[in-house]
Amino acid sequence: MSYIQNTNQDRKKMLETIGVSSLDELLTPVPSELRVKGKLNLPGPMSEAEVVGRFERLAAGNYPASSMKSFLGGGIYDHVIPATVRYVLSRSEFYTSYTPYQAEVSQGTLQAIYEYQSMICGLTSMEVANASLYDGATAMAESILMACSIKRKDKVLVPEAIAKRIKAVLRAYTVGKKIKIEYIPFTEAGTLDIKKLKEALDSETAAVILAQPNYFGIIEEAENISEIVHESGALLISYVDPVSLAVLTPPGEYDSDIVVGEGQSLGLPQSFGGPLLGFIATKKEYIRKSPGRLVSGTVDVDGNRGYVMTLQTREQHIRREKATSNICTNEGLCVLAAAVYMATLGEDGFREVAVQSAAKARTLYNMISDLSGSTFLFGDNFFQEFVLKPSVPADEFLNEARKEGVLAGIPLGGDFPQLGPSAVLVAVTEKRSREDLQLYSDIVSRIGGGK
Amino acid sequence: MTRTIFEKGLDGRSGKYIQENDCPVDEALLPIQRISSLGLPRIGEQGVIRHYMELASKNYHIDKGIYPLGSCTMKYNPVVNEEIARDNAFCGIHPAQNEADVQGALELIFNLQEDLCEICGMDSFSLQPAAGAHGELTGMMIARDYFRDRGEDRKIVIVPDSAHGTNPSSVSICGFKPITIKSDDRGMISPSDLKEEVNSETAVIMLTLPNTLGLFERNIGEIIEIAHDAGALVYMDGANMNALLGIVQPGKIGFDIMHLNLHKTFSTPHGGGGPGSGPVGVRKHLSDFLPVPRVVKNGDKFAFSWESEKSIGKVHSYFGNFNVFVKAYAYICRLGSEGLRDVSRNAIINANYLMKLVGKFYDVEYPGPCMHEFVASSVNLKKYGVSTLDVAKRLLDYGVHAPTVYFPLIVKEALMIEPVETEKKETLDRFVEIMKKISEEAASNPDLLHEAPISTPVRRLDEASAARNPDFRWREME
Repeated sequence: MSYIQNTNQDRKKMLETIGVSSLDELLTPVPSELRVKGKLNLPGPMSEAEVVGRFERLAAGNYPASSMKSFLGGGIYDHVIPATVRYVLSRSEFYTSYTPYQAEVSQGTLQAIYEYQSMICGLTSMEVANASLYDGATAMAESILMACSIKRKDKVLVPEAIAKRIKAVLRAYTVGKKIKIEYIPFTEAGTLDIKKLKEALDSETAAVILAQPNYFGIIEEAENISEIVHESGALLISYVDPVSLAVLTPPGEYDSDIVVGEGQSLGLPQSFGGPLLGFIATKKEYIRKSPGRLVSGTVDVDGNRGYVMTLQTREQHIRREKATSNICTNEGLCVLAAAVYMATLGEDGFREVAVQSAAKARTLYNMISDLSGSTFLFGDNFFQEFVLKPSVPADEFLNEARKEGVLAGIPLGGDFPQLGPSAVLVAVTEKRSREDLQLYSDIVSRIGGGK
Repeated sequence: MTRTIFEKGLDGRSGKYIQENDCPVDEALLPIQRISSLGLPRIGEQGVIRHYMELASKNYHIDKGIYPLGSCTMKYNPVVNEEIARDNAFCGIHPAQNEADVQGALELIFNLQEDLCEICGMDSFSLQPAAGAHGELTGMMIARDYFRDRGEDRKIVIVPDSAHGTNPSSVSICGFKPITIKSDDRGMISPSDLKEEVNSETAVIMLTLPNTLGLFERNIGEIIEIAHDAGALVYMDGANMNALLGIVQPGKIGFDIMHLNLHKTFSTPHGGGGPGSGPVGVRKHLSDFLPVPRVVKNGDKFAFSWESEKSIGKVHSYFGNFNVFVKAYAYICRLGSEGLRDVSRNAIINANYLMKLVGKFYDVEYPGPCMHEFVASSVNLKKYGVSTLDVAKRLLDYGVHAPTVYFPLIVKEALMIEPVETEKKETLDRFVEIMKKISEEAASNPDLLHEAPISTPVRRLDEASAARNPDFRWREME
């Protein structure tokens, strides 16, 4: 079984046409001492039914967050996904097509990307957005490379308050180019320490990353930070959550130079963290330094509107080692998912997702506040995520909650030992009901309460 | 011409997708700062579906017909894999869940790592890279940190002139300097040329095998020896692994690092440009440098291991494109050892068959036998004023996708053709008929080719004006 359609008869005729007597003759360029002897040690072959059975067994070993009362976030969120998204994505016209190299027969993909770029520009209030990067972490890394190339400098300031796994990505991407990353600590309020930021900013600084909201869910003083950064001559890179942009000031309005983020919350399933969707948007003046694919509207020889990939002279297949990035295959189908998601919800539905998530996060926060002895690490200036400090260690709290089908959050002690062993990052989306919040609050009251 | 989704409606219609808010909070108490519009359309559910179906009708795709893009391995994407991967038990897991709650997912990752090791003869694999170029980059990071760890300052990576553009690009992001080595008149690397380039500065020799001409480097054994003698590593770009399944295990013949493209060789769909998956495999001496976390097996339980001081770090927010792994693993299970071997054997037969027949009407500079693909050229049509671009566009009029054009750069007017194993003889015969007809048209009526395509949703597009004056976003007042 290998999904091969040719019969032995076909193969015989083909070998005759080629002018060889056997397949082995075609393999003569491969020296025989280099060839595999015998069989590979692999599972299968299996019938379709056996494969399905094997995966049913694997599936039974997973307890998906999307079927539980999940308060997990930290970049990946459990939002409602309209059925239109899965339906459009299951159309093979989209999922079995390649990167749109022949534009005349890829107008579907190209127009979908163009519309997605437009939507990202709308959300971020930026002039240009590209056709996707791999995920939020690599988008942040690419934005650093881009900023250093624009400024011809090699120092970048990044908030200490980002996940350790993202720091590990930044490390891998930047050490080769000898880019210096300096982490700016956070204050007791969980916000970027502006005093420390000012101290670290100097004439060698290419860019500063602002996470809005930040990893702890807290909303930063974006306008103020932008002013400080620009005064020093550095670029402002804003790392944003796309859903939050329905209610927070869009990064273009506080003069961000580059905007990046993780687009999973735009209709992508959690999928154990992949595939994801990295987005990047920037000002027109920087577009020639930007990574990845860009789609532009144009006309055909008859004057009809159409779409093409453009500014390819930035890209690896033309510029080779001088390209702005090596990216080739990106996250095409996730772009389509995000576009269908945003189009289905529309302006009002999308805003409703953000408002409800914020309202429910606030409701849970208030419920827990009312309990005697409960603690939060940082105030209430958050969007949809906050840091809870139960009186027992995080693992104990989370395990107890798990017994009731509640995924109560992400423990932060590993990444941020300074927060203590009990800190938990709690995310609330529109998918949670009042009942879910009550259950969470009851669990806190029972096991996590008391200072 | 399809109006944009924005022109189909910006006001009115809005469906109900999320529950009524049972936790209303006065908006004054919420962080609501934004006044400006988001610019999202409002066209209602049927409007959305009709819009995307209209767009769908303008796409060429594998389920429609042959897609002979060289080096892209556009093979049939088994539908059962799609069905399996849609299961909520795979789609609905959060990456921060407890290991105990995701044993099925971890087992799948572990098994796939093991199977890729077996297929490639490598000692360990990381599934983190999200695409082929991402895998190359990861491989170069591993080489970079390996030499740093050894205290060796090696800066040079040797890349053949036939390489994909992603190769030199990945190299330079890591702080290495790519040096191009010319292919010889047989389209291969000559060991004696290589010897002159390799020295104590050389970090890596980066090769695609079979190379982008579809040829197996005859002297690969010697090439690897030259590299290793100089203390350099050898990297294999596995974009063309569809030629080698069950025939050559790259790790066993001396490659130190390689990447695979699950979205090529292992049948997962390309999605119009991703998501892909570009796992990286290494031999023992480099295992410690792989990205973390690795998935390990402790007794009958599966776990993440973050322990590795020498690791390059991470190249993805989490563990890579998990949903793609599901499909690739289903493919491997279905085919098994014999099935995978048949894949490559049939891909090789199909390519040689096509090369023989297409070669009657077009130039083939490097005659076979080829492996899974070959490079033809329409240089013989130049005399009629016809270019490879014209041939490609005319193919679209006949309802088939064009091959990869103008690549590799070392062949003039290149048409790089990869038929893949899942296409049958009848389909290949029809493709040859069309190629023949086009070569005849080139002689008898070249304008037909210059004006092509005429039957596609749009005709040739003005790329020059798009580059000069790009339009990246729709705006209401335009």
